[in-house]
Amino acid sequence: MLPQVFFAYFAIVTIALSLIIITRKNPVHSVLWMLVLFFHIAGLYLFLNAEFIAAVQVILYAGAVLVLFLFVIMMLNLKEELSSERFIGEWPIGVALGLSILLFVFFSISKFIAGPSGEFTIERILKETHTKAIGKVLYTEYILPFEVASLILLIAIVGAIVLAKKRT
Amino acid sequence: MNEIFGTLGLQNTSFIFQLLIVLVKIAVVIAVTMLHVAYATYFERKVIGHMQVRLGPMRVGPHGLLQPIADGVKLFFKEDIIPTAADKTIFQIAPLVAVFATLSSLAVIPFFETFYIANINVGILYLFAMSSLGAYSIIMSGWSSNSKYSFLGGLRSSAQVVSYEIAMAFSLVSIMLMAGSLNLVEIVQAQQQYWYGMYLFPQIVAYVVFMIAAFAETNRTPFDLPEAESELVAGYFVEYSGMRFALFFLGEYIGMIVMSSLAVVCFWGGWTIPPILTQLFPFLSNIPGIFWFIIKVYFHIFLFYWVRATLPRYRYDKLMALGWKILIPVALGNLVVTSIIKYIF
Repeated sequence: MLPQVFFAYFAIVTIALSLIIITRKNPVHSVLWMLVLFFHIAGLYLFLNAEFIAAVQVILYAGAVLVLFLFVIMMLNLKEELSSERFIGEWPIGVALGLSILLFVFFSISKFIAGPSGEFTIERILKETHTKAIGKVLYTEYILPFEVASLILLIAIVGAIVLAKKRT
Repeated sequence: MNEIFGTLGLQNTSFIFQLLIVLVKIAVVIAVTMLHVAYATYFERKVIGHMQVRLGPMRVGPHGLLQPIADGVKLFFKEDIIPTAADKTIFQIAPLVAVFATLSSLAVIPFFETFYIANINVGILYLFAMSSLGAYSIIMSGWSSNSKYSFLGGLRSSAQVVSYEIAMAFSLVSIMLMAGSLNLVEIVQAQQQYWYGMYLFPQIVAYVVFMIAAFAETNRTPFDLPEAESELVAGYFVEYSGMRFALFFLGEYIGMIVMSSLAVVCFWGGWTIPPILTQLFPFLSNIPGIFWFIIKVYFHIFLFYWVRATLPRYRYDKLMALGWKILIPVALGNLVVTSIIKYIF
């Protein structure tokens, strides 16, 4: 009973917060609501026994990405931002598209078949701790995608520095 | 609702009992910390006073012992002023976030072997997450005050906190490597394998980096740039008054206690003492662990005051250069050396 109550809380609040974020007039308020949202997503990860991902979610998204968002947004001209329309004119089309995808998902969910469970059962993760399990898999089986991802990030950093420091 | 509570209570009768124990533990930790904060301000003024050949607070009570209570009462009854141009909700929430972030960090600190509110496997990561939440209170208060001084103070301080968090995280990663765990209790126990019982000596580089970053994280001198009063009046909380102003102070002092406890747990062996001491003097093992823990924490808090009385304030560009160009490379180098040594032995 208790897990269902927790899941229902996190799921409903996540959806409600997402709606709140896109409807705020003030972009700083949007970002702060997003902070609350990130904490709820971390709660969902915890619910799945993924404690490491939950902590990293808060450290990276709330601690780094969102702070940079705030830095940029705080520099905006808020008065201009507050008087402008929140949505572009075509928003009903977007809503219709989103709802249709939701309908597809809703009707296909009964056909959902859970895949065969892998070697990492909940008991094993609890015994081995989630951090160790994820580290082992990431640095052995998935070392190539992991390194490729870090290379892409490095390119992005170098690109940003090159653009910012361009000699005129 | 009754059904939910009924199923909870009937399925597991000890559940409510456990919940009560946790609540009592939280109350004890918060009460003890609040008392410590009150007297930390008193000792700060006394220590700095004596270092500068003054007496410090002397008027309220014998040797000024009741000064923190008088200060608390004063702040509590002062008028709470909110600037008209401020973003009221965020302005009011910001100090609460500051206190919440630091208070919830206390939840994973193991005070002694069997006393902690939560013993979680990602203890260190949880502390990082909470300290990154602390940066928001600074940004929120700086932005919502709608004043140039607060805004500049907030920008400075959040940039400082965010950059020093990286150095701090890297210095603690070598501790995680040494202990092979992110669990704070296991980190303390892992340190018992040495005869000197602490990571302070093999990880002295990480300790120095950690302490410098801790000073910057808690906005203490020599890195108290957000409060550089000669240029920014009081930095990000310049518009705050009364109780909300006191909350920021509370957050800063609890942050100091959390950082000191973290240093003690990760580098000084927490509640334990070096095994060689217990072998030489067996009677020392009768002294409860909380005693050693508190002595070590007090030393670190004293260190904060000592540095404040000794060092002048850093210049802002130098502060950022120190963080990015010295501390982070040093911590990274230490991490590489630690992992190579750990791999070979």
